[in-house]
Amino acid sequence: MDTIIKKSATPDALSTSKLPVFFRWESLLILIIVLVCVMNSYLSPYFLDPWNLSDATFNFTEKALIALPMAMLIIAKEIDISVAAIISLSSTLMGLVAQMGAPVYMVACVGVLVGAGCGLFNGALVTGFKIPSIVVTIGTMSLFRGISYVLLGDQVVRDYPAGFEFFGQGYVYWVFSFELVLFVFFALVFYWLLHRTKFGRYTYAIGNNPTASYYSGIKVNKHRLILFTLVGVMSGIASVLLTSRLGSTRPSIATGWELSIITMVVLGGVSILGGSGTIGGVVLAVILMGLVTFGMGLLNIPGIVMTIIVGVMLITVVSVPVLITFYKNKSNKAKAL
Amino acid sequence: MNKAIFSLKKVSKVFPGVKALDGVDLHLYPGQVTALLGENGAGKSTLVKTMTGIYQPDGGDIIFNGKPVQFHSPHDSHALGITAIHQETVLFDDLTVAENIFLGNYPMKKGPMTKYFSIDWSAMVTRSQDILSSINAHMDPNQILRELSIGQKHMVGIARALSVDAKVVILDEPTAALSHHEIHELYELVNTLKQQGKAILFITHKFDEIFALADRYTVFRDGCYVGEGFIKDTNEGQLVEMMVARSIAATYPKKDVEIGETLLEVSNLCHTTEFANISFSLKKGEILGVYGLVGSGRTEVMQALFGTTDHVTGTVKMNGKEVIIHSPKDAIENGIVYVPEERQKQGIVLELPIYQNISLPQMDRLAKHGNLDQESEMSLARQYCERLQVKASCWEEKVMNLSGGNQQKVVIAKWLATNPKVIILDEPTKGIDIGSKAAVHEFMSELVDSGLAVIMVSSELPEIMGMSDRILVMNEGLIVSELSRADATPEKVVSLATGGHVTC
Repeated sequence: MDTIIKKSATPDALSTSKLPVFFRWESLLILIIVLVCVMNSYLSPYFLDPWNLSDATFNFTEKALIALPMAMLIIAKEIDISVAAIISLSSTLMGLVAQMGAPVYMVACVGVLVGAGCGLFNGALVTGFKIPSIVVTIGTMSLFRGISYVLLGDQVVRDYPAGFEFFGQGYVYWVFSFELVLFVFFALVFYWLLHRTKFGRYTYAIGNNPTASYYSGIKVNKHRLILFTLVGVMSGIASVLLTSRLGSTRPSIATGWELSIITMVVLGGVSILGGSGTIGGVVLAVILMGLVTFGMGLLNIPGIVMTIIVGVMLITVVSVPVLITFYKNKSNKAKAL
Repeated sequence: MNKAIFSLKKVSKVFPGVKALDGVDLHLYPGQVTALLGENGAGKSTLVKTMTGIYQPDGGDIIFNGKPVQFHSPHDSHALGITAIHQETVLFDDLTVAENIFLGNYPMKKGPMTKYFSIDWSAMVTRSQDILSSINAHMDPNQILRELSIGQKHMVGIARALSVDAKVVILDEPTAALSHHEIHELYELVNTLKQQGKAILFITHKFDEIFALADRYTVFRDGCYVGEGFIKDTNEGQLVEMMVARSIAATYPKKDVEIGETLLEVSNLCHTTEFANISFSLKKGEILGVYGLVGSGRTEVMQALFGTTDHVTGTVKMNGKEVIIHSPKDAIENGIVYVPEERQKQGIVLELPIYQNISLPQMDRLAKHGNLDQESEMSLARQYCERLQVKASCWEEKVMNLSGGNQQKVVIAKWLATNPKVIILDEPTKGIDIGSKAAVHEFMSELVDSGLAVIMVSSELPEIMGMSDRILVMNEGLIVSELSRADATPEKVVSLATGGHVTC
C-alpha cells in the first residue's frame, strides 16, 4: 500500500482506462455478436447459409462506409448530420449526368466529387465562420436535400449506363460482393489512418483538447476541414453504391440514414463528446447491427419493431460499461477497507 | 483557550489503489486562521472535499460544535455553515455575478405560492452589492461572469462563500490566480472574517502568506497527519522539513551565466486593445522577468510572440532576421515556445499519455510519411522526462493522473524536446508544490546555461526578484520600466506595476 501512495498520482482522478480485457467495449460487442449468432441460428435454419449472410451485408455496407470517417469526425469533437442529404444530392447529380449519356466511370466520379464538394463546404462553414458543426450540418442537410428536390421534382431517374450496376450488385469472388470487399478495404484504411498515423494522433488530440492542440502547433482548422471532406468523399462513394444497387434515383433516397450511421458510431464505443473510440469498435457495432436486423428479418419481425429493438440495444450497450465501472469502484472500496 | 468548533479525528479516505487520507486529524478554532500545509498530493484537496461533503470519509469522525456529524452531500455541510472557496473556482461563466453568488440559495419572494417559484431578483442584486462592497470588490452584480478577469472571478467565489452565514471558511489556494494588489485585499478580508469569529482553514504553498495570516498550522504528508502547532513557535525551515521530510534551500538557484549576443528583438508590438509600443530585446543566456498585475497585458504580449493573438502589428527579429509569426506552428519553427499559464487548458492534453504529449509538437519529424513510430516517441519522452524528473509509473500513463507539478514538468519537457531558442514561461510555478517549484527554478538556470534565452512572466515577486537578469514591468498594456537585476527592489517593482509614483 505504501508504495502506491508514494507514487504522485492525484487521488481524485479515477482511472477507468485499465479495465481488464473482458470489460472492454470491444469484448462486450464480440460477446453480444456471438450471442446473437447463436440465437439466430437456433431460431432460423436459414441464418447460417453463406448466401443469406452475404445478402444481409447489403443492409449495412453503405452506411458502414460512412460510419468509418464519421467515427473520426466525432472523435475530433465534430459531427456531420448532412450525410444522408449528401447521398441524395450526389445521387441526383449522377442521375442527371447519366441522363445526358455519360459513361460509367464518369457517373461514378461525379458521385464521389459531389460528395467531396459537399463535405468541403460543410468544413469550410465550420472552420471559416466558427459555427458549431451541428448547426452547420442541420442547415446543409436541408440545403442539399432541397437542391435534389428542385433538380428532380417527382422524377425518378433510371437511365444508368450498362455496367453501372456492378458497384452495388456485383460480386468479386463467390459470396463476397463488391460492396463488402470495399467496406473491408476501407475499414483497414481507416484503422491505419486513425491508429497508426500522425493524422489519427492529431484527431485524438484535437478531440480531447483543441486549444492545447493548437498551442502545440497543430493546424486544427485544416485538420477539421480534411475530416469533413473525408466524410463527404465516403458519402459520395456510398451514394454510388446505393444508387447502383437500387438502379434508380429519387430525391428521398437514404432518408433517415444519418441517425443509423451515428447510432453505429456510438454503439461502437466512440464517445459522443469526442476524444475516444476505435475503428475496431465501430466495425463490430456495424456487424452487430447487421446481424440483428438480418435475424429479425428472417423471423418476419416488422420494421417498426426493429427500430424499437435497435434503440433498446443502443441504450443497453451504452449503459452496461458505465454500470460495470460503478459497481467495480464500489467493490474496490469495500475491499480497501 | 477556546474549544475547536470543527474537528476531524482519524479520518480516512480510500480510492482504488490509493489511500488519499490515512487517519488525519484537524482542528479549527473560531476567530483563528489555521494553515494547512503539504506538497501537492499530500491529500489537501481530498480533505477539503471531505469537509464539504463532496466525499464521504471511509473512517473516522467529523465533529462540529462538539457533536459528531455526517455529511451525505455538500448540502449538509453547507447547512451547518461550512463553506469552501476551491482551488478551481466552481462558477458559471454564463450567469451574472449575483446569480453566481446565490446559486442554489436564491432569495425567494414572500407569499404563499411565490416563495416556491419566484426569485426575488432585486433583493438578490442588493444583497450581492452589500457582500461585494464588504469585501471591497467593485463590480456590477448584473455583469456576466465571463467578462471578468480571473482575479475578479475569485472575488465572486469568495462573495458566494460569504452569502450564507458561514462559521467555517475554507480557502483552498485562494491567491494562486491573484495579483499582488488583489492578494492584499484578500489579506484584509481574511482579517475581517477572523474578527467576526469565523474559523478559517487556509491552504497555500506560499510561506509569506502563512506567516502573515495564520495563527496555527497543520502539516500533512502523503495523506498522513505529520504535526500541528502555533505559527509563532515555528519557522519556515522547520515547516518545510515537516512537509517534505528533507530540507530545501530557500534561496533561488540563480547561476552566473555569460550573456551572449542578442537573440530576440521585439519592436513596436501593438494590439488594438491589449497592449501598445512593446519593444524589448533578449540575449542568449538571459532570464528576462516580466512583472505586471493581472490584466496588464503581459500574457497577451507573450501570446502575440507565440502567434495566438490576432491583429498584432510590429516586428519580431530572431538572430537579426525578421520573422513572421501567425500561428504557434510558425513560432515553434522559429524556435520560440510558450509554456502557458492555463496549463490544463492550453498546455497539455490531459487524456493522452505522457509520451504522446511530449511528441505532439514534432509529429512531422517523428512520424515518417505520417506513420507513427512509437519507439522514437517513447525514447524522446524518456530522455526529456528523465531530465526533468517527472514522477510517473510509466510514460504511457495519462497526464491527468499526475500531480500539478508533474504536469507542468511534462509541458516544459514537451517544449524542450523541440530544441527551442527562446522559451517563454508564463507563471511557471503557479499552483505547484515547493519541491517541484525548486526543480523548475533550478531547471531555468540550467537552460540558460545551455545557451537558451528565457522569458519568465510571474506575479510572484520573490520569483521575479530571485531569478531574473533584467525585469520588465508592465502596467495597462505598456512597458513602464526596464530594471537591471542590481537596480530592482521589490518596492520599486510593485509601485511601478501598480502605476505608483516612482520616477524613472
